[in-house]
Amino acid sequence: MQFALLIYHSPEEFAMRKNDYNDPHLGAWRAYYKALVEAGVYVGANALELPETGTTVRLREGKRGVQDGPYADTKEQLGGFIILELSSADAALEWAARCPGASIGAVEVRPLAPEVMRRGFTG
Amino acid sequence: MTEGSHEEIQSTVGRTIERVARESYGRLVAYLSVNTHDLAGAEDALSEALVAALTTWPRDGVPQNPEAWLLTAARHSLIDVIRHHQVALQSEPTLQFLRESSTEAAVSTTFQDERLKLLFVCAHPAIDPAMHTPLMLQTVLGLDAARIAQAFLIAPKTMGQRLFRAKTKIRSGGIPFEIPQEHDLPERLEAVLEAIYAAFGIGWDDMVGADQRGRDLAEEAIWLARVLLQLMPGEAEVQGLLSLMLHCEARRPARRSPDGRYVPLSAQDPKQWSLPLIEEAESHLGEAFKLGRSGRFQLEAAIQSVHAERARTGYTDWAAVALFYKKLIRISPTLGARIGYAAAAAEASGPETGISVLDAIELEGVTNYQPYWAVRAHLLQRLGKTREASDAYDRAIGLAEDPAVRQFLLQKRS
Repeated sequence: MQFALLIYHSPEEFAMRKNDYNDPHLGAWRAYYKALVEAGVYVGANALELPETGTTVRLREGKRGVQDGPYADTKEQLGGFIILELSSADAALEWAARCPGASIGAVEVRPLAPEVMRRGFTG
Repeated sequence: MTEGSHEEIQSTVGRTIERVARESYGRLVAYLSVNTHDLAGAEDALSEALVAALTTWPRDGVPQNPEAWLLTAARHSLIDVIRHHQVALQSEPTLQFLRESSTEAAVSTTFQDERLKLLFVCAHPAIDPAMHTPLMLQTVLGLDAARIAQAFLIAPKTMGQRLFRAKTKIRSGGIPFEIPQEHDLPERLEAVLEAIYAAFGIGWDDMVGADQRGRDLAEEAIWLARVLLQLMPGEAEVQGLLSLMLHCEARRPARRSPDGRYVPLSAQDPKQWSLPLIEEAESHLGEAFKLGRSGRFQLEAAIQSVHAERARTGYTDWAAVALFYKKLIRISPTLGARIGYAAAAAEASGPETGISVLDAIELEGVTNYQPYWAVRAHLLQRLGKTREASDAYDRAIGLAEDPAVRQFLLQKRS
């Protein structure tokens, strides 16, 4: 089964991205990715640019709504995601707890839904 | 009645209910479920009784024997449920029990303590071992599924479903509410002890930040072991488990620096250890040895006892620690024991010895086992193998859950 770890950052953690290469928090992230790869569970991952770089689009009754910023106006924002191949949801929660993002922001664990994709429905 | 005094009564009653619930929960659930074989039913009935107490007691005053009151109320609620479902035919004996005892309990102040049977049911071999501890925490201590889920890092909904399934199995799978026969006893008792120790282990690891839940769980585990000791005073391993947990608990204040940094055992200041707890732990271990039946928990307690000696002597007898680990591995070759042995052997006879112990462990089992990588990194560093050490540190850091441990390892790596 594949799971997405959706990593929500606080503004402070977004700011930490600019830290020096030797910063302990960045070191923790590098070590975490290494452990994921060595454990053979890593499928893919990426980081997202800062929330304010986002643009949200809606179409309602033929009218376009275009809005600056992310979809939800919350303090913690989606900062990136990791896809893991695991045998159970329990294992996914274990990896989420080890994620350096969990001790500052929050990590949401969601199973991927490939069968929904196969039926042609995205999102 | 003025508003203030009403609130006062409410809060006094609230505290009384809390206290009675804390002390009697397991005894009441055990007593009811031993006779009905329905754990979930017993819990529901008791929680209804507690709700009833919250409305009745402030009005009529706290009864003289709150426990007996709760038992009677819970019985009535069970009778109602049975009547409602019209399962009278098959539950006639149960109904009989509930009717008979409801009158006598109203007058008697004591009832049989059946918690031992309940503990054996929770750790029955027919139940998934992963559910032994959660079941115990819920049925004997009254912890709710959400709280248990937190401790076990499981989605609350999932934990609720698993607990429900386990209880259904107990009810319909004919798991007997009884103390095992002599020849089964050691193995069955081991499962009970394991489950209690697992609760302690979770509480122990779970010291993240100011979060109190871990601490509570360790305390609950010690409380369970005390209950068990009271019920089985002649069992050496029960004494051993209690001793082990008390030894660890004694060091709790020393495990973090005032600014929250992780302090490994070897760097802890023994002045911060709790001497009364160490003394109590030692006395239980002494009692256990007198019984003359060695066992896993006594050996683990003995290891902690050697560490505790440092408070008196100023040094750690690593050869003794290594020896106890060696004995432990012979009867219980867990990963934890083998890694503990590696660390102790390294201290006693040098890092090469420790590394060779680690090298003998098959890699497949330790891929995600954090302590293995932490010890390995430390020993490689001592051998001056900087590159390999740094790789092992990365694994240990990546697998760590506690930010304080992560920070400690990051510092050691650099």
